[in-house]
Amino acid sequence: MTLAAGSVDQFGHDPWWLVLIKIVGIFAFLVVMTLFTIWYERRAVAYMQVRPGPNRNGPFGLLQSLADGLKLGLKEEILPKLADKAVYFIAPVISATCAFTAFAVMPLGPSVSWFGHMSPIQLTDIPVAVLLILACSSMGIYGVVLAGWASGSTYPLLGGLRSSAQMISYEVAMGLSIVAVFIQAGSMSTSEIVEAQAHGTTWNLFGLTLTAPSWYALLLVPSFLIYFVSAVGETNRAPFDLPEAESELVGGFHTEYSSFKFAMFFLAEYINMVTVSGLCATLFLGGWRAPWPVTIWSHANSGWWPVLWFTAKVLLLLFVFVWLRGTLPRLRYDQFMRFGWKALIPINLVWILGLAGLRTLQNSALESRIKMFITVAVVLIVAAVWVLWPAKEKSKVPTGIEGIDPAGRVGGAEGFPMPPLNLEVPPSPRAPRLTAEREPVPVGPATGDKNATEQEGR
Amino acid sequence: MTHEMVLAAASDAMKGGEAATFWILAPIAVIGAIGMVWARNAVHSALFLAMTMLCLGVFYIVQAGPFIGFAQIIVYTGAIMMLFLFVLMLVGRDASDSLIETLRGQRMAAIILGIGFAGLVGTGLFRALGSVNAAGLTAANTKRGGNIQGIAELLFTKYVFAFEVTSALLITAAVGAMLLAHIERRKEDRKTQPELMRERFAPGNYPAPKPGPGVFATSDSVATPARLPDGSMADRSISKIVPTRELTSAEAAPKGTEK
Repeated sequence: MTLAAGSVDQFGHDPWWLVLIKIVGIFAFLVVMTLFTIWYERRAVAYMQVRPGPNRNGPFGLLQSLADGLKLGLKEEILPKLADKAVYFIAPVISATCAFTAFAVMPLGPSVSWFGHMSPIQLTDIPVAVLLILACSSMGIYGVVLAGWASGSTYPLLGGLRSSAQMISYEVAMGLSIVAVFIQAGSMSTSEIVEAQAHGTTWNLFGLTLTAPSWYALLLVPSFLIYFVSAVGETNRAPFDLPEAESELVGGFHTEYSSFKFAMFFLAEYINMVTVSGLCATLFLGGWRAPWPVTIWSHANSGWWPVLWFTAKVLLLLFVFVWLRGTLPRLRYDQFMRFGWKALIPINLVWILGLAGLRTLQNSALESRIKMFITVAVVLIVAAVWVLWPAKEKSKVPTGIEGIDPAGRVGGAEGFPMPPLNLEVPPSPRAPRLTAEREPVPVGPATGDKNATEQEGR
Repeated sequence: MTHEMVLAAASDAMKGGEAATFWILAPIAVIGAIGMVWARNAVHSALFLAMTMLCLGVFYIVQAGPFIGFAQIIVYTGAIMMLFLFVLMLVGRDASDSLIETLRGQRMAAIILGIGFAGLVGTGLFRALGSVNAAGLTAANTKRGGNIQGIAELLFTKYVFAFEVTSALLITAAVGAMLLAHIERRKEDRKTQPELMRERFAPGNYPAPKPGPGVFATSDSVATPARLPDGSMADRSISKIVPTRELTSAEAAPKGTEK
């Protein structure tokens, strides 16, 4: 049976034992990646903060997260009195299950021989694989929200509500940023999107033959950037970690969780990070295909090597997550929501509109001269609207901090004291009173009196 | 680009996997539907509904409609049910149904109307689809090169007007709801930062935070007022709703900490 590479037709033929091997393999990959990522994050953040980080258990402290995980599993499980028991139990299960399921359609490599059976390094693929990942992430929100509600406590409830609003909003931005990839690749299947990025598409633009870069990260820069920003929001990571903002909500939705249930949330969070990074690599960074300098070696994209390239890309993206956490302070909630709805989504819509228009123009049977004319006309109209749009009148409301009066007060006599701008220290307002109330103290070298007072003091 | 799994599912007979999925999920879907009506707690009810919707999504996928199935899961189960849940959580977790009928006979009326509606929809569907000569999924899918391509083409050619009108209607409803519910203060009414600062430092207002209860006192109870530097009680440090509490002689006695 010969099947076209990078097509969904090559899936669904595996014998049951191979499916089982792949499932166990993905499970092991995700758990190991979680353990590694925790260590990786702690070490990277420690390096940025000039401290060693975990370095006791195993070489370079690599076994630290394993030890932590074991300890977490063996801790006492506490069930809050006001908890809704069934929902409290189901919530972490939903979170972890959805996190694991999403990875099923992640392409890790090309077709390889599994004990004589040719099959891709990917559990399965369907024509709507990317939607499956989105569906899993939208179901994963249930875990967070229900955990917050079922705990029967205030902080978790606030964390759950925050996260439901946040994740739904950022899922919209995320879904829209993926649309550009669908338009460009002509498919929603992950393996076909990777295949579509194998070679740079040649565009016949106005008589010129241009070779567009093969990675969609370069070709669709706005989508890539919006995807990454919304991925950070979707995974509740700093600087968008409002659902679990330590300084405001203790631990957010998982405040009341302990032991193994908490470990499941922890696992789900890190797996989600790996999944969004993996999806980012798949959609925008060429998937398992080797990056440029490696492709000189002809075997780079065959056999099991692609798993290495994929993992390297995922780790690189995870580093950006850690880097953001180490660098940026947490956003305020309203600013964060405004950013999602009023910046990311409109930009995305305009960008998709432009891209779809361009694609339609390309596919149309018009003459290239007319195409060029249409493009130039559209660009000119947009530029004209941009330039001629009436600028919003900035109303000049006096803020009251312009004038500084002679007493060093800002905003007139009713204003507030301010340090003098010329850095001359003004006379202290208390000075005259002090001199009035106290006996004048002799200052300067006195002859007999000073010695007398010193002796009295002793 | 027809998918093998989709093709397998599209054949007339129900194969092993499809049958197993149906017989496992169908009872769960029915339990979810019944549980949604019967659950006392509003959040449990919403969760049962989400479960039923999820099962329906899986049924669509199994019946070779992957796009509609995932759209159902993402849009209905993921977003819309989540918003329902959001509202229910704000209502409060102990807002259970009361057993007393506030409207006389409404339950009986609801049951009769529900059964009547189900019968109407069932007979309508049966009469409409009973005599339809089905072309088969394979024919429909191969015509446009796949399930998703087929949906996309129909949606953006034949049904584009209906699609756009529906979306316009939904957006109108959403904007209308927002306008009715949202109260925006005018810019002039909003206090600016300098105004707030001026108010804070105006004579008669104490600009610093109030002293915490129990500060410099012999107890850390919220009912114990803070002490001013001269030893008198700071009235402001106690909330108005906390009743004044007389200390017992044992409590008021020196604890040996003042030395």
